Amino acid sequence: MAAGVAAWLPFARAAAIGWMPVANLPMPVAPAEKNKRQDELIILNVSGRRFQTWRNTLDRYPDTLLGSSEKEFFYNEETKEYFFDRDPDVFRSVLNFYRTGKLHYPRYECISSYDEELAFFGIVPEIIGDCCYEEYKDRKRENAERLMDDQEDNKDAKLPNMTFRETMWRAFENPHTSTMALVFYYVTGFFIAVSVITNVVETVPCGSAPNQKEVPCGERYTVAFFCMDTACVMIFTVEYLMRLFAAPSRYRFMRSVMSIIDVVAILPYYIGLVMTDNEDVSGAFVTLRVFRVFRIFKFSRHSQGLRILGYTLKSCASELGFLLFSLTMAIIIFATVMFYAEKGSSSSKFTSIPASFWYTIVTMTTLGYGDMVPKTIAGKIFGSICSLSGVLVIALPVPVIVSNFSRIYHQNQRADKRRAQKKARLARIRISKTGSSNAFLHSKRNGLFNEALELTGSTEDEKRLSKSTSLLESQHHHLLHCLEKTTVSVLALSHILNHEFVDEQYYQQSYLEGGLQNYPSRSPSLSSQDGVTGTCCTRRTKKHHTPLPNASAPAHMQPLTHTHTHPQGLQELSTIHIQPLSTSRSSLNMRVDEPAPLNCQSSQITTAIISIPTPPVTTPEGDAHLPAGPTHQNVVKVSAL
Amino acid sequence: IQICKDAFHVSPCSFSSPDSVEDELELSAVRHRPEGLEQLEAQTRFSRKELQILYRGFKNECPSGVVNEDTFKDIYAQFFPQGDASTYAHFLFNAFDTDHNGSVSFEDFVMGLSILLRGTVQEKLNWAFNLYDINKDGYITKEEMLDIMKAIYDMMGKCTYPVLKEETPRQHVEVFFQKMDKNKDGVVTIDEFIDCCQNDENIMRSMHLFENVL
Repeated sequence: MAAGVAAWLPFARAAAIGWMPVANLPMPVAPAEKNKRQDELIILNVSGRRFQTWRNTLDRYPDTLLGSSEKEFFYNEETKEYFFDRDPDVFRSVLNFYRTGKLHYPRYECISSYDEELAFFGIVPEIIGDCCYEEYKDRKRENAERLMDDQEDNKDAKLPNMTFRETMWRAFENPHTSTMALVFYYVTGFFIAVSVITNVVETVPCGSAPNQKEVPCGERYTVAFFCMDTACVMIFTVEYLMRLFAAPSRYRFMRSVMSIIDVVAILPYYIGLVMTDNEDVSGAFVTLRVFRVFRIFKFSRHSQGLRILGYTLKSCASELGFLLFSLTMAIIIFATVMFYAEKGSSSSKFTSIPASFWYTIVTMTTLGYGDMVPKTIAGKIFGSICSLSGVLVIALPVPVIVSNFSRIYHQNQRADKRRAQKKARLARIRISKTGSSNAFLHSKRNGLFNEALELTGSTEDEKRLSKSTSLLESQHHHLLHCLEKTTVSVLALSHILNHEFVDEQYYQQSYLEGGLQNYPSRSPSLSSQDGVTGTCCTRRTKKHHTPLPNASAPAHMQPLTHTHTHPQGLQELSTIHIQPLSTSRSSLNMRVDEPAPLNCQSSQITTAIISIPTPPVTTPEGDAHLPAGPTHQNVVKVSAL
Repeated sequence: IQICKDAFHVSPCSFSSPDSVEDELELSAVRHRPEGLEQLEAQTRFSRKELQILYRGFKNECPSGVVNEDTFKDIYAQFFPQGDASTYAHFLFNAFDTDHNGSVSFEDFVMGLSILLRGTVQEKLNWAFNLYDINKDGYITKEEMLDIMKAIYDMMGKCTYPVLKEETPRQHVEVFFQKMDKNKDGVVTIDEFIDCCQNDENIMRSMHLFENVL
């Protein structure tokens, strides 16, 4: 039911009294109004801008967010208002929809942000009023085209394993993908040009012997031209067959315009080979040679402008059709008139109506060759009317075609420009992301220190705490730690060095850095274990209660060795040492195949021993998590933090 | 109930000679503002708040301040989508338009509603009689009743049960007249009507059906 009509329900119900006296059966009981809620104002706070409306207004559309109970999720008890953290400008349109029943699309608004807001508030865009619907649809189509363009560029990315056939097809379609493709592209272009020039030069009269008439070059140097032609046709045939082989869908390829042009370009040659030098068919044979000129259309693979032109003509087919039709009508009319007007004059060139067609066409297109001119006065009058109307009829559809061409051309220009800018844009985005991921890791490290220091309770180090870690960040860090704890194999010991590196690639690839963190062990048993454990694992022992954030590097930079289980089932990790220049990486979260070298430049962090009571069962799993490390086995590769 | 257009508020419409173009424009853009809230409160049985709610709904749908018959029909059609409510809406419109000027202003609207929702049974029956009496001559003839009946059946559309046959309205009218027309003179007068309805329990009960509206 429409918006305001709900307000008329009382009227409709009241008017039902008209039926009562004539009713056959008794009426059903009316529904009781449980709580007669007076209409109240509700406040919608959208990013600080307060909108107020009656509750009834919103209830008009119960299948949207604001009209249903879904808005209760956004109710703020303290301020007694509904708070939405959305764009207040777009919300204006949304609220007006409730008020007036019509949804309008503001022209200055970005189409995707508008769509998002509509989706959030549960409003279907199809109900946009007629006044704004066209604009909305146009903008949406433009946006979709743009996105499709971008997506097509992504498709060019080389898939890891493409068959030979697919590679070939990609090379054909986009010559910039490989050098071979480029070479092929230029070679074919060259041969197309050669072929076309040959065809042209063939007909030029060359010098002749004095006693003979001038012959065209084609007949003088028959063999040379024949060889040239053969070579070109062979190249084209090979190219066509290769394309046919590489095409993903051969049937579709054979139906496409370009392949038809290819076939038409080479067919005359083969037909000429097959046909004998028969007098009867030589006329037809000559006609066939005309089709060789179609080779010039093969250039459209090489030229984008040609393609755009072709596409424009295709998209303006209706306008062109109209032009043709109206011209035909006008030609017939004027030819008839001219014929009858000139019938009287002697030696008139207007011998029949079809003969007058030529005059009409030449006049309407303002060519005016002058081979046929009217002589009678009536003829001249009608001739002038003919030429005037010709200008008008031709001028009408032309702007439509031109504007279509302009639109398509600019679209293509934009697409090219976007593609060119894309690289620079991506690079800039990458840099800014690096900055943010660096910041993240930095805060994470601070978060670690915070936790560590909290655990130790050491006060003087608390001063070094950066208080900037928000609750969200610390929870995020905790989450990452949980992940690490789950997956990292609690292995042997190594030493973490304190790091402050910036490795752009590294950060990009493994955003979630693992790291074995340092929690000083609270287990009292650790100290007692010092003697128990053997010397199979190196460990630093002085680390229990002080995380030693800036402890100097341990002297021995030995790699971690193997898993080590204590009799009590405890495993410990001591300070973990990241070896500089080694491909130390966290075993988690990282693709094994792409280790990146670290640029360790400076100091090192040491960690305390972490005593983790884990069952030995985890060990085999832990092994599995180890990267098939290039340089170290059994080294827990940790990320630098 | 007169609507004093020029008495209380400056009304931008003028009903001068409809010859010139400007007058045509003004006629088409007629604006009407109702009397003050206090007057309406006094004349109807609605409270102030109720009048406010009614007016807001009214003004939202008809910003110009008057309802014409097409809007009436539209609104009614939205409530009864399964059939054709236009005939009944036409009769309703005539019932609401007490001064017969072709448009229903807010005062007319609210007066009518006041009777229908808050009036005594007598008033309601009176109003119903007024509705049925199409030519407002004081008598309901069989033809008038047949028209009304057909209009009501039209509203139901094809969803009647049992399926509507051609004679159903006519039969219904016969039944009605048998009940109402005491002196069998072929017409029903207002007194016959009110008497008969007051003696019919079903009708009496149904009169109170919509009282809790609004």
